[in-house]
Amino acid sequence: MIAALIFALSFLTLLQFFVSYSRSLIAASQGHELSEVAREICGVTARRVPGDQFRRLLVLIALCPEPGGDSLQIRAIAMYFHLLDLTRSLLSWAVPSSSTWIEAERGGCAYAAAVALDRRIAYNRMMMAQQASN
Amino acid sequence: MASLDPVDFFLLLAGFSVHLWALICLLRKGALPRYFTLVLYLCCSISAGVGRCIILNTAGFHSNTYVYFYFYSDALLIICLYFILMSFYSHVFEDMGAGKMVRAGAMLVLAGTAGISYHMIAASSDRLITRFVIELAQNLYFVGVVITYLLWGAMMKLRENRTRLTQLVLSMGIYVSLFATSFAFGNLHALPAISRYYFPLMDMWLPASWIYTFVRVPEDARMATARVIAPSQ
Repeated sequence: MIAALIFALSFLTLLQFFVSYSRSLIAASQGHELSEVAREICGVTARRVPGDQFRRLLVLIALCPEPGGDSLQIRAIAMYFHLLDLTRSLLSWAVPSSSTWIEAERGGCAYAAAVALDRRIAYNRMMMAQQASN
Repeated sequence: MASLDPVDFFLLLAGFSVHLWALICLLRKGALPRYFTLVLYLCCSISAGVGRCIILNTAGFHSNTYVYFYFYSDALLIICLYFILMSFYSHVFEDMGAGKMVRAGAMLVLAGTAGISYHMIAASSDRLITRFVIELAQNLYFVGVVITYLLWGAMMKLRENRTRLTQLVLSMGIYVSLFATSFAFGNLHALPAISRYYFPLMDMWLPASWIYTFVRVPEDARMATARVIAPSQ
């Protein structure tokens, strides 16, 4: 009985901590202004990146060598994105109003992925410029 | 090493490397004076890892010695986690001058946990190693969950905006609740054989998240608390 209670409470707090942690990672990316190249790749003109772009951005991120240290952030955000997808498929018929919030969150994930891609592109350009100068 | 397959061996090495890397990162970023308890935990964790390797080598993976050492070194590491949590409390409440209250609270929690653990050990000496070690770990981690949750609640109430501290507390919350959930599940049902890979993997979360936080998030970075708790507009 106690184990079941601890299991349920710990699982709920795990979900809450995970969502908050992912949101803190996304919030840290919000201050970054996307470059023209990243905007072109993402196919956006405004500050918002549609949530549907997230998977495509992940593929592009995987193609770019990482500058180091952001793979944990990308994995955590990807897990949060999958959690949102699952919530959307479970809740959309029961609570239609939740879809607006979920879509905004998915957009936040996509923006954070676009920022990570932008940083990687900038890093790769710098590396190429260094190689060219050598 | 006795009874270790290549995956076990890889996870053991990876865990050791991640902890060592985290320790180097923290020291290079000058985190020792401000985050001493994190460095202490990493040192203890690395020592426990070395001890586990030595016992694996001599007694084997399925020996009672290894199981005893694994769970009781884990219990000591959880006590180190409590010290980290108390240091987070003192960071959060430092502006309010509540250092004495935090220290008193820390002593109370430690004494309470030690008392309850002693009571459990005294009442269960006939079934050590069986479910008892899992129960003890489950309870110790659950106390960690409660302490972290209270801290997170206080941070929300005080509108804490230090990004680094926020991420450190949240990653700690994920770690303790993940372990409490897993041990509670192990208490309800027998843990599947795959758990021998699952636990070392989870063990890497905390140092990996600290590496990210200390490498990518500067000490003076700030963010709006509302962005973490409130739904996006």
